[in-house]
Amino acid sequence: MKNRIEEAFKNKPIFMPYFPLGYPDLQTSVDVIEALAKNGADLIEVGLSFSDPLADGPVIQQATQTALEKGITVKKALAALKELRARGVNIPLILMGYYNPMLAYGLEDFVRDAAQAGADGFIVPDLPIEEADEFESVIGDLPLIRMVAPTSSPERMEKIAREAKGFIYLVSVTGITGERKSIAEGLSDLIASVREHTDVPVCVGFGIGSPEQAREVGKIADGVIVGTACVRAVGSAQSPVEAARRFAAEFKDGLTRGR
Amino acid sequence: MSTLLNPKFGKYGGQFVPETLMPALIELEEAFVAARADGEFQKEFNRLLATFVGRPTPLTYAKRLSEKLGGAQIYLKREDLAHTGAHKINNALGQALLVKRMGKKRVIAETGAGQHGVASATAAALLGLECVVYMGAVDIARQEPNVFRMRLLGADVRPVNSGTKTLKDAINEAIRDWVTNVRDTHYLLGSALGPHPYPTMVREFQSVIGTEAREQILLEVGRLPDAVVACVGGGSNAIGIFSGFVDDAQVELIGVEAGGGGIESGKHAARFGDSSKGRVGVIHGTRTYVLQDEDGQIAETHSVSAGLDYAAVGPEHALLRDSERAFYTSATDAEALSAFQMLCHAEGIIPALESSHALAEVVKRAPQMRPDEILLVNVSGRGDKDLNTIMQKMDEE
Repeated sequence: MKNRIEEAFKNKPIFMPYFPLGYPDLQTSVDVIEALAKNGADLIEVGLSFSDPLADGPVIQQATQTALEKGITVKKALAALKELRARGVNIPLILMGYYNPMLAYGLEDFVRDAAQAGADGFIVPDLPIEEADEFESVIGDLPLIRMVAPTSSPERMEKIAREAKGFIYLVSVTGITGERKSIAEGLSDLIASVREHTDVPVCVGFGIGSPEQAREVGKIADGVIVGTACVRAVGSAQSPVEAARRFAAEFKDGLTRGR
Repeated sequence: MSTLLNPKFGKYGGQFVPETLMPALIELEEAFVAARADGEFQKEFNRLLATFVGRPTPLTYAKRLSEKLGGAQIYLKREDLAHTGAHKINNALGQALLVKRMGKKRVIAETGAGQHGVASATAAALLGLECVVYMGAVDIARQEPNVFRMRLLGADVRPVNSGTKTLKDAINEAIRDWVTNVRDTHYLLGSALGPHPYPTMVREFQSVIGTEAREQILLEVGRLPDAVVACVGGGSNAIGIFSGFVDDAQVELIGVEAGGGGIESGKHAARFGDSSKGRVGVIHGTRTYVLQDEDGQIAETHSVSAGLDYAAVGPEHALLRDSERAFYTSATDAEALSAFQMLCHAEGIIPALESSHALAEVVKRAPQMRPDEILLVNVSGRGDKDLNTIMQKMDEE
């Protein structure tokens, strides 16, 4: 099997939206993710819901809470992932979720079932490098995407970046998920220091809310991660699928215009 | 990256937090280790414990309660007499002094019953720090006097309306604030839980309870107690008093969880007591026993006492339980309320509802012990804050 992540980064910068399975309900979320994939998304972070999402702002908190109320489980999410592959979604799909539901599922079972369902990697925001061994020991070839924050010291940055696989998730702001009015100052310095230690792509997330901001960040990063704005646009729409199509097209256009 | 102190308790504990917070945990550990070795810091901490908190808190022989129960001699460690009315002030002051040392200006805290919020607001006022307290909307309703107290002390009390609107959601919100403001803000976590170094640090600041109690009982009775009983929410008062006796193998250590409406009712906060829902997991930065459903979603908890109404237990308790050094049981809301009334009548002491869970175990256990045996119980706080809840409960009956 070819490496979908490497394929995706052949045309940089890439557009990477986040959307949680199960919101506003399971079937709609599958349709939404398919629509994102077929209208410009180069990689999708597929969200797994958790009752206590401590790194997320109110928009994603509410969406994942709704998903849980509507009955989403890890098992159902993996089945939905399989359905997406069956529908011909061929871009990389990275599962993003907190650690406890993965532990409760059984780590080895989770990784195996996720790989079989078509996942290309994992993002676990409450798993810093200090605690990553347990997960990485069962993960095989799939990458656990490492995160770098503006608060990371140069030593930590080096340690995180040196063994990174897939891509680096650079958190652009000190804070939780959610759009910001302006993109953090010093972002290009931050990206440059990460690049000193790794050849994997560096993608920026947290706080990017508009196609214009995406274009700005896309000038200096290999990928632009958009979570809250995507969830907000789709969640508030009369037709979520139509909104997803438009959202993906606008951001992709914003990112690639003039290139 | 390695920590200065062991971040784990056996397989429990650890640092399961977003990368943004890791540097702050490292900084905090460094400051804590340096402060611990610094005689001046210790001197200042001890001076405040003596002149501000009013330590040592007394050890009270509960003569009438002992006679009434007709078994062991019962001694009460009186944390209810500490300034602000509970043991929480020990840890709040310790951490607030560390904050000064780290040069940060703002502290945030979570609170369930409001005792830790009051303690944090107090320590912040004393040391001139800005203080924000996150509290679940449900807890705000049932602990109103403490909310007013915090505001009087200058704290900004922010209601939390997400999730179950109780302690765990207050912690989530405090962590979100901390992730956003980590450069100038310290998270003054109130119990022996969360990511390393909190469980170790909070135990050390609370170990004064056990150190004093051990000296006091030796002085008073001339020997160690046969058993030490404490309530366990996150577990800071328990780990504080246990720490004084953990090396004395002959002293039985007993932690009491909130049994709510009874384990079988499903409405409780007994992480160890409910083997179907209480399983090892990761929450709020630490690996420990957590009440959760099959999918790993954190379960809703119930207890008449807001301070015990939490889905996880401090990681050191998980190790003490696995190693069988400590024994954990639970008391229901009804048992706690009955023990509450018994202490009021028999000893003229109004205990906190949290502490009443420990007293409920004393009520069960003392009659089965001999009159020459000694039972030491930690009265972790006073009950003034609970009067509304208790009035309601008495009306219901």
